[in-house]
Amino acid sequence: MDTSPERSEATPDARARATAGGERPAVLQARGLVKRYGQVTALNGTDFDLHAGEILAVIGDNGAGKSTLIKALSGALIPDEGEIRLDGRVVHFRSPMDARRAGIETVYQDLAVAPAMSIAENLYLGRELRRAGVLGRVFRLLDHRRMREGAEQHLRELQIGVRSMTQAVETLSGGQRQGVAVARSAAFARHVVIMDEPTAALGVKEGGMVLALIRRVRDRGLPVVLISHNMPHVFEVADRIHVARLGRRVAVLDPREVSMSDAVAVMTGAVEVEGARR
Amino acid sequence: MATAVPSAPAPNPPARLTLRERLPSIGTLGPFVALLLACAFFATRHERFLTGENFALVLQQVMVVGVIAIGQTLVILTAGIDLSCGMVMALGGVVMARLATSMGIPAPAAIAAGIGVTTLFGAVNGLLVTRIRLPPFIVTLGTLNIAFAATQLYSDAQTITEVPPVMVALGNTFPVAGTRVVYGVVLMLVLYLLAAVILRQTAAGRHVYAVGNNPEATRLLGIDTSRVLLAVYTLAGALYGVAALLSVARTGVGDPNAGQTENLDAITAVVLGGTSLFGGRGLLLGSLVGALIVGVFRNGLTLMGVSSVYQVLVTGVLVILAVATDQLSRREGR
Repeated sequence: MDTSPERSEATPDARARATAGGERPAVLQARGLVKRYGQVTALNGTDFDLHAGEILAVIGDNGAGKSTLIKALSGALIPDEGEIRLDGRVVHFRSPMDARRAGIETVYQDLAVAPAMSIAENLYLGRELRRAGVLGRVFRLLDHRRMREGAEQHLRELQIGVRSMTQAVETLSGGQRQGVAVARSAAFARHVVIMDEPTAALGVKEGGMVLALIRRVRDRGLPVVLISHNMPHVFEVADRIHVARLGRRVAVLDPREVSMSDAVAVMTGAVEVEGARR
Repeated sequence: MATAVPSAPAPNPPARLTLRERLPSIGTLGPFVALLLACAFFATRHERFLTGENFALVLQQVMVVGVIAIGQTLVILTAGIDLSCGMVMALGGVVMARLATSMGIPAPAAIAAGIGVTTLFGAVNGLLVTRIRLPPFIVTLGTLNIAFAATQLYSDAQTITEVPPVMVALGNTFPVAGTRVVYGVVLMLVLYLLAAVILRQTAAGRHVYAVGNNPEATRLLGIDTSRVLLAVYTLAGALYGVAALLSVARTGVGDPNAGQTENLDAITAVVLGGTSLFGGRGLLLGSLVGALIVGVFRNGLTLMGVSSVYQVLVTGVLVILAVATDQLSRREGR
């Protein structure tokens, strides 16, 4: 990724733009993103704004470009045109790892955990803690105890009730598994957590549990991007709703001001909303 | 921060695990129990079974399969399979024996060359699996045949005799409480311990499990899954080379027809040891137990005078039992 010193001139500008409307500063922004696959244009110049301390839902019909947008923001693909700014600084993610290093963590729908491995191992997978001293540095031995304690703390902070960090993730309920994935993201994200359909595979009660979890992540200071097909869930937790359609952002809605059917109408193109556009 | 130590006690401390949850699962304990039962059974059938001498013999017979099974376990943990293991080992044995005899190359260099060839085969398996994304089953079925043909061509299908003493040194014995134990057995046990520690105590080892568990999630977490796979197949190849050296040491010759029973025996040992063919779960030491189960059955049935055809039959039944247990326990775990 690019860590060039564009920050100095970009930041005041970005802050000014964001605060002009009396809003919180933008954490993650995109302008004019384009992504084409041969004849198909998945992103057709879409914009994106995520503000500090909010849950921003991204909704859109199939093919609206929301998953392409999320992939671009999380480094899973490289857009053909446009720019992405993190804290006002232009970034170029070449891989999901770049985005993670920059502080953006993503929770993927079904692919989040290694079922036979323990909760602690899952939490620290790819970021294992090694023992202090020669054992860690030379022999590269892992510090299982420190990872267990760390995992316990992270899960406790998010009030995810599981008994033992050495339990295999497959022994947990669907909601708890998603909780582990969310806790991992929240533990390591410095700027943004992106969640792709986190409640899709869950029942009513478990879905509600994950929604509460998403709020807790936000309340701890991390802005959340929530991709969901589930309108009641979106309206329950979102602070703002980004509506994607035909590869663009057609509206940003306030869930307190519009109804679910309005949102669906905008999403499907039944209603054109110029006023809602920001 | 990720590394912070919890300062305040939990407001609602999570309950401890029940005793039943703390006990190792059937999948982990099963192989040990099976081995004990087999030993108990044969002890009642033949008075010579329960002697140190006989156990030393079983260990000696098991050491080649045992070392191959380490490599095979690594591969199966990643949800792969290596059908070429025994044939690659045979090639390694023939290469080191021939280089040391008719080529007159010093034994240590010849041994290194033999292990080099098997390592190369492992790397080729790994490259085909990761770069071209071919299924491991097909890749290793191909290299199985290639290694077999190469072995026959390179040795002119002749057994290579009169290998230098250095090459068979691991076949020498030392006394343990009055029983002669082969050095190769010690090497096998050391390799098991080393590999078990790496798998359990290092990030690289945990990544092997992670790749077998959920390759996509592992990749998205920034772990280079191709690198893990390539390393696993290459390391497995190197272990087949060590097994080749043990095979030469045990038989005293470079045998182009070696590895034919070891090929499937190694997979049998891994499966009997409780490692799931679906990847991501299993214990390395289970594979040693699995190899011992096969060895004990062969040995016990031989002592009882049962024909070797029945030994093969029993091995087949054991494998199906082991895989069925794996399947059923997985279904329960869901």
